[in-house]
Amino acid sequence: MSELHFDPAAPLPSLPGHSSGGRLERILRSGRFAVTAELNPPDSADPRDVYDRALVLSEVCDAINATDASGANCHMSSVGICSLLTRAGYSVIMQISCRDRNRIAIQGDVLGAAAMGVQNILCLTGDGVQAGDQPEAKPVFDFDSTSLLNCIRGMRDDGKFLSGRKITVPPRVFLGGAANPFVPPYEHRATHIGKKIAAGAQFIQTQYCYDVPMLRTFMDKVRAQGLHEKAFFLIGVGPLPSSKTARWMRSNVPGVHIPDAVIERMEKSKNEKAEGKQLAIDLIQEIKEIEGVHGLHVMAYRQEEFVNDIIHASGVMKNRQPKRAPRPAEPVSVLA
Amino acid sequence: MYAVRLWSVRHAKGLNRFYQAFEKVVVALHPLWNKIGYEKLEAPFQVLERATKGFLFDCQMCGQCALSSTGMSCPMNCPKTLRNGPCGGVRPNGNCEVKPEMKCVWVQGWAGAERMDGNLEKIKDVQIQVNNAIKGKSAWLRVVRMTKKVGEFAPKPPKAPPAKKPVAAAPAPAGEGKAA
Repeated sequence: MSELHFDPAAPLPSLPGHSSGGRLERILRSGRFAVTAELNPPDSADPRDVYDRALVLSEVCDAINATDASGANCHMSSVGICSLLTRAGYSVIMQISCRDRNRIAIQGDVLGAAAMGVQNILCLTGDGVQAGDQPEAKPVFDFDSTSLLNCIRGMRDDGKFLSGRKITVPPRVFLGGAANPFVPPYEHRATHIGKKIAAGAQFIQTQYCYDVPMLRTFMDKVRAQGLHEKAFFLIGVGPLPSSKTARWMRSNVPGVHIPDAVIERMEKSKNEKAEGKQLAIDLIQEIKEIEGVHGLHVMAYRQEEFVNDIIHASGVMKNRQPKRAPRPAEPVSVLA
Repeated sequence: MYAVRLWSVRHAKGLNRFYQAFEKVVVALHPLWNKIGYEKLEAPFQVLERATKGFLFDCQMCGQCALSSTGMSCPMNCPKTLRNGPCGGVRPNGNCEVKPEMKCVWVQGWAGAERMDGNLEKIKDVQIQVNNAIKGKSAWLRVVRMTKKVGEFAPKPPKAPPAKKPVAAAPAPAGEGKAA
């Protein structure tokens, strides 16, 4: 038997009412405003590409989202990224998309991820293969995001695979689902999220929010159904690099809604990049005041260097400094 | 056919009423089906279902019909076969992310559900993943067996206390896990 002297991915001591040993769940359950951020996955086999990007984000976020071929474009896998990050003591949210793997593969990945120290899992439907760089691929969609949540909750709470076969040590994970309040059917989006929560979602991360009035309408419905008391809502934000990119995103990235007024504001400014950053800060300050919002999810594609500034300028962290798991005093050795 | 499918969602309330009555009749006829034998009925029922539901809903014969919980909009026509609601890629005009010329199956589904019952209770049911082993089978006969608790839905006898003597020569289950 071999064992690490020091395990940076070891879970925190279990607390009553907590389903994971992770830091994100603790932050949220203790009523603090949480920040998560998406890591832009590398197109390489070099672990340093992951660590470099994580370092920038980790100073200002409570957990890093490892995307699972988002936009149906192939990158380093979410399992791989999580493996690297957990061994370095980072808190991660492993994203699972239903597009590429069937139920057998996904249940296995959940166990593997939990064994590596993944404490949070975000269940997603996934963009269609037509949106990505390999539209010839076979779409799987054996689960949908809701049935996937239900499956992983069963693995955790009942300790069973879908087949009913017993899992000796169940995965202790905090489960999340995604919401997009900015596309039709608008009036039913909150009810749909209620379904995800009923299936096991404990936190919700939303698509990019550039339309605060629309978010308010959605959150009104969320509160009317009492959903903000059953799950934590983290609202998606991100800086726009230019009005040109904003237009491109709006017409090419599925599910992104950017109002004309936002694009006009960008166009009128002298320095579009700085304006995009300021826009993100302004949005955050409006969003954080909405009742039922528990945190932010920052997606700053290829603008990771701005995340720190945006979070600090918006004041949401209140001088809180997220940390990695403590480092061992001496180098880690392995017992034979 | 796409146009008929849209018509069916517009008439979800009437179709649902008709189906509820139809289901009662089919379930009541269980003694007859049982006499003939469910196995024998499978093929003719499949033909019948494929023809009627295929015409009205573009039914894909998943074998586990959920139309009453999906506003009479067949979820198997969603390119991602989502059975619990729309994805986040719905276009601003309410059309599909994958097939831009098609209305989103779930925007339709919610519209149909609103017509069926104002409380939207049925559409809130969480649907589990599709059982691919019963694709193509009759969903109607399955509903009868489910309601009457027969066939695959028959209650399992309580576990007998472990026999003292192991049953001799019980063949090992073929296949699973053995061949490496």
